[in-house]
Amino acid sequence: MSETTHTGPVLAADGTPLKKSLARALRVEKMRALLMIAPLLLFVMFSFIWPIGEMLFRSVDNREVGEVLPKTVAVLKDWDGTSGELPDETVYQAFTADMLVAIDAKQHTKLGRRLNFEKTGISSLFRKSGRKIKKLDLETDGPFKEALIKIDKKWGDVETWKAIQTHSVNYTNGYYLNAIDMQRTPEGVAVQSESKRIMMTLFKRTLWMSLVITGMCVLLGYPVAWILANLPARSANLLMILVLLPFWTSLLVRTSAWKVMLQQQGVINEVLVWLGLVATDDRLVIINNATGTVIAMTHILLPFMILPMYSVMQTIQPTYLRAAKSLGATNWTAFWRVYFPQSIPGIGAGSILVFILSIGYYITPEIVGGAKGVFISNRIAYHISISGNWGLAAALGAILLAAVLVLYWAYDKIVGIDNVKLG
Amino acid sequence: MADTKIADAFVEFERVQKSYDGEVLVVKDLNLSIPKGEFLTMLGPSGSGKSTCLMMLAGFETATHGEIKIDGVSINNIPPHKRGIGMVFQNYALFPHMTIAENLSFPLEVRKIGKSEREAKVKRALDMVEMGDFGGRRPAQLSGGQQQRVALARALVFEPELVLMDEPLGALDKQLREKMQFEITHLAHELGITTVYVTHDQTEALTMSDRVAVFDDGRIQQIAPPDELYENPQNSFVAQFIGENNTLSGKVKSISGDQCVVVLDSGEEIDAMPVNVSEVGQRTTVSIRPERVEFDKSRLHADAHTLKAEVLEFIYMGDIFRTRLRVAGNDDFVIKSRNAPDQTRLKPGEQIEIGWLPEDCRALDA
Repeated sequence: MSETTHTGPVLAADGTPLKKSLARALRVEKMRALLMIAPLLLFVMFSFIWPIGEMLFRSVDNREVGEVLPKTVAVLKDWDGTSGELPDETVYQAFTADMLVAIDAKQHTKLGRRLNFEKTGISSLFRKSGRKIKKLDLETDGPFKEALIKIDKKWGDVETWKAIQTHSVNYTNGYYLNAIDMQRTPEGVAVQSESKRIMMTLFKRTLWMSLVITGMCVLLGYPVAWILANLPARSANLLMILVLLPFWTSLLVRTSAWKVMLQQQGVINEVLVWLGLVATDDRLVIINNATGTVIAMTHILLPFMILPMYSVMQTIQPTYLRAAKSLGATNWTAFWRVYFPQSIPGIGAGSILVFILSIGYYITPEIVGGAKGVFISNRIAYHISISGNWGLAAALGAILLAAVLVLYWAYDKIVGIDNVKLG
Repeated sequence: MADTKIADAFVEFERVQKSYDGEVLVVKDLNLSIPKGEFLTMLGPSGSGKSTCLMMLAGFETATHGEIKIDGVSINNIPPHKRGIGMVFQNYALFPHMTIAENLSFPLEVRKIGKSEREAKVKRALDMVEMGDFGGRRPAQLSGGQQQRVALARALVFEPELVLMDEPLGALDKQLREKMQFEITHLAHELGITTVYVTHDQTEALTMSDRVAVFDDGRIQQIAPPDELYENPQNSFVAQFIGENNTLSGKVKSISGDQCVVVLDSGEEIDAMPVNVSEVGQRTTVSIRPERVEFDKSRLHADAHTLKAEVLEFIYMGDIFRTRLRVAGNDDFVIKSRNAPDQTRLKPGEQIEIGWLPEDCRALDA
């Protein structure tokens, strides 16, 4: 007790400062905790955080042009693309020199593919010219302006050089501009040509349809969660198994099943025709469009809505409803004024979960969505695996990620993330 | 044992039965009349049917048979929200997402009462339970006792003529419970409302009620004012359930008017008052309150029967002494004596003689 009487740090029994002693005692525990999570931490670092960081970096990374054509980029800086005149001989000579190195290293086709994202046709120009430029000799075959234009007259097109110049910066916002239907031009940022404007439509559709799906899940899931929470335990467990049943079936199988159900010769249409509700030559189009996507995704994401709602509703005591009724409230008022407000945290949790899952959804829209029902994620997949424009895919992904974070933040501001209960 | 009909009954149960599963009757043939302004307590062990009766009155359970009337009108088919009965629940059931003032305002809003009148009534009700400063708080920010008061205010704010309370003090600690017991009775009498109070705590029932209905096995075993219930229990269940009690079993030897002699199983004879024994030779359980047992011979009638007793244990409890005796083969015979300067403190092993006034020893059903 004497330690408390004198000023200065409190000492432990052996005379060391208490804080130090405490830190030492806790250090072992901390180390042990760290060791226990270490495998997962490393796994997440290497398989998740690092690749995602790498991917996001690709959305601004544009070093390819500068690396393959270093001399060209340097001299092209002084050229005024807006003048309408072709660059002078120094540029052509630098370009030929760069190309000779690049062709040896087989880098020129890669560069062609990169520039082809910005201006169609450049890829084949690089490929075809490559074979002929290879035969040129830097010492003897000048001037290269004529030589190159002779190889392909596109080298005499100002637009080709403008494309190289515009996209020669090491770090570009070009992919992001493309992701929102804009583009980089020598004259600055401009709107994408009409035929290529698709991203904003897809973003809007993704957000809108995710909202619709979330809304449908709330409407369909709320009564189910309510029944689950108010049934006696035995029946509730049985019903819970039915709710969880879809989880035990492959996502692909479930989605394909919807294809069987929804197509024009499918179960639903056949039944409607048989009942005489729909004429046989006027069958409902409920697949390969937005309707198909909404139906299938609502079904698939419904358990994610029901489970958090159920766990919140379970905690709402039935005496609240009784109390409300004893105070004079009708069944509806008792529900709406007393029960419903208390179940909002569950709705919030379920909605966040379903909404975030659905704006990134890929397989289901791909299978049942057709052209009118695909999401932005399908576009990302297209750029990853078919067009090879990873920069654009990364930019789209980054925007999606930012959108989710903004929504999460907004939700926290409005409802409060503390109000969300998952269990 | 059901009571006789009261002419000006406000609440009436007429031959009410209730079964949940169609096999067992939870409430068996209940007849009960409650006059206006009475504070009636339904007292009984859990499963005795008292809560079911309250829920039927509130409208949350339907009677399987019989009729429940309020003010002469059958309410069997009136839904709970139209019955206009205030109710206080065991766990208070204050709406957690509303402030205290909003909780109180709720019954007034659903009755479409104007804003200014609503505010005035809420304020009055909160002041009534001394919670006037807490209107802006949420239930979770209040202590148990405060929540209890708010629940009470909410049940009273729409001025119901009948208030039901379902073990409202169960969650409070002893001191607070005693304070609230007093406040609730005080308030109920002051406002002149009829109150039906359910509890399993007999002290609570005795201290608060105008009348107590003792429930067991789906029936009212006895309904009487507290003092009568305590001093004149009509059967051995009531005697056992209300207060502490010593029991001895034996046979009736003779009956003469309001006195009888009982031969205990140990062969000793005692004086008793016949309550529900009528024949000589009938088996009976006699019951004597611990505080009515005398061990000072000078205070007993000269011709009174006495019993030999051995002191087993002496417990000092502050205001009283509690002494456990062996009497006629019963090791749990307890006597209580007031802690006064001249009081004898018995010692374990001491041999004494005990007796009582015949009217304090009641010969009940076996």
